[in-house]
Amino acid sequence: MTEEYVIIAENLTKKFGNFTAVDHITFSVRKGEIFGFLGANGAGKTTAMRMLCGLSHPSDGKGIVAGYDILHESEKVKQNIGYMSQKFSLYEDLKVWENLRLYGGIYGMKDKEISIKMDAVLRSIDMQSEKNTMVRDLPLGWKQKLAFTVSIFHNPKIVFLDEPTGGVDPITRRRFWEQIYSAAASGITVFVTTHYMDEAEYCDRVSIMVDGKIKALDSPQELRKKYSASGMDEVFQKLAREATRKGD
Amino acid sequence: MNAVSVNRLCKSYNGVKALDDVSFDVAKGELYGIIGPDGAGKTTLFRILTTLILPDKGTALVQSTDVVKDYSTIRSIIGYMPGKFSLYQDLTVEENLNFFATVFNTTVKENYHLIEDIYKHIEPFRTRRAGKLSGGMKQKLALSCALIHKPDVLFLDEPTTGVDPVSRKEFWEMLMKLKKQGITIIVSTPYMDEAKLCDRIALMQNGKFLRIDTPDNIVASYPYRLWAVRSSSMHILLDDLRSCQGITSSFSFGTCYHATMDETLTVEKLKRYLLDKGHHNIEINEISPTVEDCFMLLLKEDGV
Repeated sequence: MTEEYVIIAENLTKKFGNFTAVDHITFSVRKGEIFGFLGANGAGKTTAMRMLCGLSHPSDGKGIVAGYDILHESEKVKQNIGYMSQKFSLYEDLKVWENLRLYGGIYGMKDKEISIKMDAVLRSIDMQSEKNTMVRDLPLGWKQKLAFTVSIFHNPKIVFLDEPTGGVDPITRRRFWEQIYSAAASGITVFVTTHYMDEAEYCDRVSIMVDGKIKALDSPQELRKKYSASGMDEVFQKLAREATRKGD
Repeated sequence: MNAVSVNRLCKSYNGVKALDDVSFDVAKGELYGIIGPDGAGKTTLFRILTTLILPDKGTALVQSTDVVKDYSTIRSIIGYMPGKFSLYQDLTVEENLNFFATVFNTTVKENYHLIEDIYKHIEPFRTRRAGKLSGGMKQKLALSCALIHKPDVLFLDEPTTGVDPVSRKEFWEMLMKLKKQGITIIVSTPYMDEAKLCDRIALMQNGKFLRIDTPDNIVASYPYRLWAVRSSSMHILLDDLRSCQGITSSFSFGTCYHATMDETLTVEKLKRYLLDKGHHNIEINEISPTVEDCFMLLLKEDGV
């Protein structure tokens, strides 16, 4: 094996009754890669992501995340990944440092390790002076910055970002992507969903899900070439228009 | 006569100014966009205009009717689609629609022509409970319910947030059709690309309107020449642009960076600088700014 894969999905499938939400998807993600996971609402992204995070059992197929089987070793999977959603999942009535302390503790970090790392990460995001600030008093952009920092505080092999930039202003959105780049540069694999198609261009590779299946997977450059499109928005429109699952 | 007329509106929550001296008018039949990130004050403004909360200061008229004194009149002539799905989850699609028609003393039949285009997408699911609908279908049902009493003014608070690009496009096509029926529409969105579809837009941040104008005028008033820059190593290019003397701003925009420069720098000089830094396939093209470029410039001037 010349390349190290941190996500391997083989025919991963999830059925709810006779509805197949995720339909035999096969793909893999390399270490340190920024992987964009795109699709229309209802295409099956969230269901697929929940399986990869060990939160939902596949009906069929296989998945290995961070070296662990998502069906039989789901607890191990959870310990080795980070997760951040649009809702940020920070505790508003805890201080900045208390949030880091809490999540560090949950992921089994030692007190000493937590306190050493705390100062380093707060410095890196320029929030040392906010250490004792209640999270609810932070501006939205800072909360986002902190939420991402919390999600990779335990140094996971991979971080799942579910629409992390929804609703933030255009400058903050771009700063957030710089944070993503530096995490990827430090070896953390980034698995991200977004509805902003300019952000799809920032990914190393993207997949586009339509009706539970992966319809396209490649680098943004190759996808643009293949679909003779000027941008990922056009690629997405071309593929997702074919969807038969309506309305979602 | 204006459909909406707002004069020096203020609203604070625990000392935080959600709305800070906002004034604007919306003409009858206009499609008016309020563009801004979360926390800009969009929802507070909508809730005052729909008579759900009271302003601290200032006045607002909807169809020449005061939102404080004559709130009950206003409620019968406006449609409101809040950002959060607010229909009855345990009523069916059909029951929700009938309920809203009845509350406004009308019938689904009477105004069916207004919602037909939208409702026909969800009609096959009319016996399904609203809570069991997918996101896109909920959005269509909410819009149908907000329209069923034929409102004069329609308020849509972030109807496309979290919605995929294809459904967003469909939703805006529906709004264009409603506009043709003469309904005044005020819509908020965090997506800058939707701004160009509005007649006029207000760019909002920190409780203030930074600019109000047509999308064309806003773009035309961008004061600098703007350049799209590309090279074979995009990741490093951003840092190199930032460290280049004379570059005054640089932001990522999909497949390229948008940059502005001062008079000390020329395209030739920049190209040479980037070549020296080891870049290949350098492309520097002058482009017209987008609304997003303009908004970022305003945010920078505002100190974000």
